[in-house]
Amino acid sequence: MSKRQHISAVVNGDPVEFLSAPGTTLLDALRDELGLTGSKEGCGSGDCGACSVILDGRLVCSCLVLAVEAEGRRVETIEGLADGGTLHPLQQKFLEHAALQCGFCTPGILVAAKALLDANPDPTESEARYWLAGNLCRCTGYDKIIRAVMDAAAELRQVRV
Amino acid sequence: MPRVVAACSSCRAFTGDLTEFEVEGDTVRRVIAALDRLYPGFGEHIERRMAIAIDGEIHQDALFEPVGSESEIYLIPKIGGG
Amino acid sequence: MSDVLERPESAIRVAAPLDDGHLKVVGTRPIRPDGAEKVTGKALYGADLAMPGMLVGKIKRSPHAHARIVSIDTRKARALAGVKAIVTAADFPDLASEEYEAGESASNLRDLSLNVMARHKALYDGHAVAAVAATSSDIADEALALIVVEYEALPHVIDVEAAMADGAPVLHAHLFTEGLAARPDKPSNIAKRNELTRGDLAAGFAGAEVIIEGRYTTAAVHQGYIEPHACVANFGADGQCQVWSSSQGQFMIRTYCAKVLDLEASDIRVTPAEIGGGFGGKTTVYLEPVALALSRQCGAPVKMVMTRDEVFRATGPTSGAVIEVKLGAMADGTIVAADVVLKYQAGAFPGSPVGAGSMTALACYDVPNFSIVGYDVVTNTPKVAAYRAPGAPISAFGVESAVDDLALKLGMDPIALREKNAVRDGTKASYGPTFRNIGYVETLQAIREHPHYSAPLGPNQGRGLAVGFWFNVGGESTAAVNIGEDGSAVVISGNPDIGGSRASMAMMAAEVLGLPVEKVRPIVADTASIGFSMLTGGSRTTFATGMAVTQAAQKIVEDLKRRAALLMDVSVDQVDYVNGVAVCLDASKGKADLTIAELAAKAAQTGGPIGAQVSLNAQGAGPGFGVHLCDVEVDPETGHVTVLRYTAAQDVGKAIHPAYVEGQIQGGVAQGVGWALNEEYVFDRTGHMENAGFLDYRVPVASDLPMIDAIMVEVANPRHPFGAKGVGEVPIVPPLAAVANAVRGAIGKRMTDLPLSPPKIRAAVDAG
Repeated sequence: MSKRQHISAVVNGDPVEFLSAPGTTLLDALRDELGLTGSKEGCGSGDCGACSVILDGRLVCSCLVLAVEAEGRRVETIEGLADGGTLHPLQQKFLEHAALQCGFCTPGILVAAKALLDANPDPTESEARYWLAGNLCRCTGYDKIIRAVMDAAAELRQVRV
Repeated sequence: MPRVVAACSSCRAFTGDLTEFEVEGDTVRRVIAALDRLYPGFGEHIERRMAIAIDGEIHQDALFEPVGSESEIYLIPKIGGG
Repeated sequence: MSDVLERPESAIRVAAPLDDGHLKVVGTRPIRPDGAEKVTGKALYGADLAMPGMLVGKIKRSPHAHARIVSIDTRKARALAGVKAIVTAADFPDLASEEYEAGESASNLRDLSLNVMARHKALYDGHAVAAVAATSSDIADEALALIVVEYEALPHVIDVEAAMADGAPVLHAHLFTEGLAARPDKPSNIAKRNELTRGDLAAGFAGAEVIIEGRYTTAAVHQGYIEPHACVANFGADGQCQVWSSSQGQFMIRTYCAKVLDLEASDIRVTPAEIGGGFGGKTTVYLEPVALALSRQCGAPVKMVMTRDEVFRATGPTSGAVIEVKLGAMADGTIVAADVVLKYQAGAFPGSPVGAGSMTALACYDVPNFSIVGYDVVTNTPKVAAYRAPGAPISAFGVESAVDDLALKLGMDPIALREKNAVRDGTKASYGPTFRNIGYVETLQAIREHPHYSAPLGPNQGRGLAVGFWFNVGGESTAAVNIGEDGSAVVISGNPDIGGSRASMAMMAAEVLGLPVEKVRPIVADTASIGFSMLTGGSRTTFATGMAVTQAAQKIVEDLKRRAALLMDVSVDQVDYVNGVAVCLDASKGKADLTIAELAAKAAQTGGPIGAQVSLNAQGAGPGFGVHLCDVEVDPETGHVTVLRYTAAQDVGKAIHPAYVEGQIQGGVAQGVGWALNEEYVFDRTGHMENAGFLDYRVPVASDLPMIDAIMVEVANPRHPFGAKGVGEVPIVPPLAAVANAVRGAIGKRMTDLPLSPPKIRAAVDAG
């Protein structure tokens, strides 16, 4: 078994350190080393998006990123979306629109939606659907998810103005 | 007397070609017992494998449900959902 | 609160709650009580638990679709440092064949046990043959590779008709077809033949003016929950077992683990984790008995989590099938005869949902003469598990395609044709009993009146209508309600929440107790902390557990009145309880009202803690009907089908929380659309699944679907305190045919083989 490497990174704004074998994914490191179980493994092959995190400002599937690649970089996970005890408008709108049923895909979708609105604060429904095409949901049929994202986008645009 | 309809293939092993019966009984259990006397072994089969519809309402566990003299009882296989 | 709802005269309620002015909570859309933890990633699902000293468990799986297991040598694996336990079938009792009901329908325990761990024979590629527990995932993988299994590969069979044919490789030497007139003398892959008949089929067809025939085929599809199966099990030194598992029923897990491992159920405590989707696929056990067996051997907790590959290859999909339909009708649209033959794959062990498929096939139609024959056929594929209205979508695909062709042939409006033959209150169902309090006709009406029905279509576009039915079940549930010293309430039940049911439980209790819903906290408890509950499935939870919750809350209200009477020093019959307040009916006595909080504060003086528990076996679950309308556009160059618009109407009885009812409808539609257009198990020549991942097993993504318009028609079920009917399963029944009928409209050809993937559409379009 290879010796584990020492990794330093910033996760949700906080400096962290953990040990990782070379082949360990960032997803497994987040979940097993850092106890951040909000990111989920749905497929392990980057096809379902349940493991979505933002790495140095870029939306990635953490199951396709090696933990060692996080060295010196910034990671944002679902656990960092709320501001302390205050839910992010995306989270709030998901609750109001009942945009989750089992909730398993929800962390990944919220992270991906945040990345969408960071890049494009005024998406059309079609743009939102295509952006989120990498996040599978089996429960909702996506209807309420898209409504929640569009509604959150509108609210965030007002706040910015 | 309540009328019992057993139109399921698994019942045929006990009842042959007959699918409708009139038997005495004021509860489901007594009706089943009456059927079991006519066709030994049928009673256990019903209790284990069948749901019972009494006058249109399906019961998965119906043993002590009351049965009226004009009641219609259907034996249907137990259904599982997903 | 009324306990028997009058059936409304004008029965259509379109997207609006029943007109009960007195309901304050039921019918509204509060935020779900477990919402915050789910949107912040704090909720704990099956793979999220860690226990001190926990080991990683993994399963070695057969690479052969059909093989005799000659020997298993675990010595090298045992010698590997870090390996703490290894099990094979030798570590499981060899069960006699026994039918046992712990899920929703009887399972054969021997088959269940053999599916969990193969003995003598591997029956599908992916069948578990051994398992290890090790200190790390890497070591577990290494150990699996060191286990030497000697197989004698056997010919395999996958296609259902190939499995039925003479000369097919036989999976089980002791399986003789049940349900035939004479007991056969040779084993077969046909486990069972069932038959439902009415009237005189030959006479019916003889009198028909129009005949429609069709042969339809579907492929095996998976429930596709995003969360793979996961559990943690600990077998204590004192024989007390703990299992943490994401499943649809903690009591079912307890029962099956006890049976499969020959343990006492009372020695096993199962805690339900949050569950990331089930749809029926998590109403059985795969990992839990194995994890317990490993833990027993080494005395440490063992965590087992399936990979996506394992989920596809080794957990139940639903059947691939052949459906043959022949309809006979009069020129005015009256269907006078129907002949349906269903052949369903059961996978490695008997138990496909062909029985339910048979019973639902004609459930929406009042047909005087019919024959429905169903075959349950074993195949070298994973053992089938329940998938949302199991069996019904498949037979509905065939029947609704044929009815669509009938409408076309007669030049008749598809809704008019269905209305002509519709079941109503008083109609005898095709499966036997007489319908009462159903809302099928009202649901047809809701679609006819919807703007979608008359919206114009463009080139290469088509519109399809289809209907569907599901029984919904009731069953055993227990609920407890406890009032806190501040007048708030906790509602405890035993049903895992897979679709927002916690919210509905809280709402029903809040309604009865006269509390704001935020003051009612719903809990899903483990097997030791609440009385027995049948699992979450069969569209039963809001109906049956809701009934138990409501009755427990009603008992509390009676208790509160008694306590108020004591405190007011009046007799109980002079006290009423309205909107959370006990009032004295005799104003002349000048007694001050007492709120539930004030009564709770005096609980000790008036008899002690305020709580009630109800255990019941709910009967009288109302069946549900769905009517779906789908518009598609077909790209003739690529064969790609785009779903442009989808409207789904459903008879829901009463929508307790309308947003979650809409969610069930929309989710079921999405699964049905995937089943119709893209999803299928693809096997290579050796019986290995080629597309065991989400890249090539193509479920609908956000860009594949439009908004889904869900119309809730409320025709109350008088057996439920609020009139609710189960809603979760009906929505997956109509979409297969709704989509196929729309494609028919778009390309002018009847597609009969699902999924309608682009190559097939291209071929049909090219053929002209």
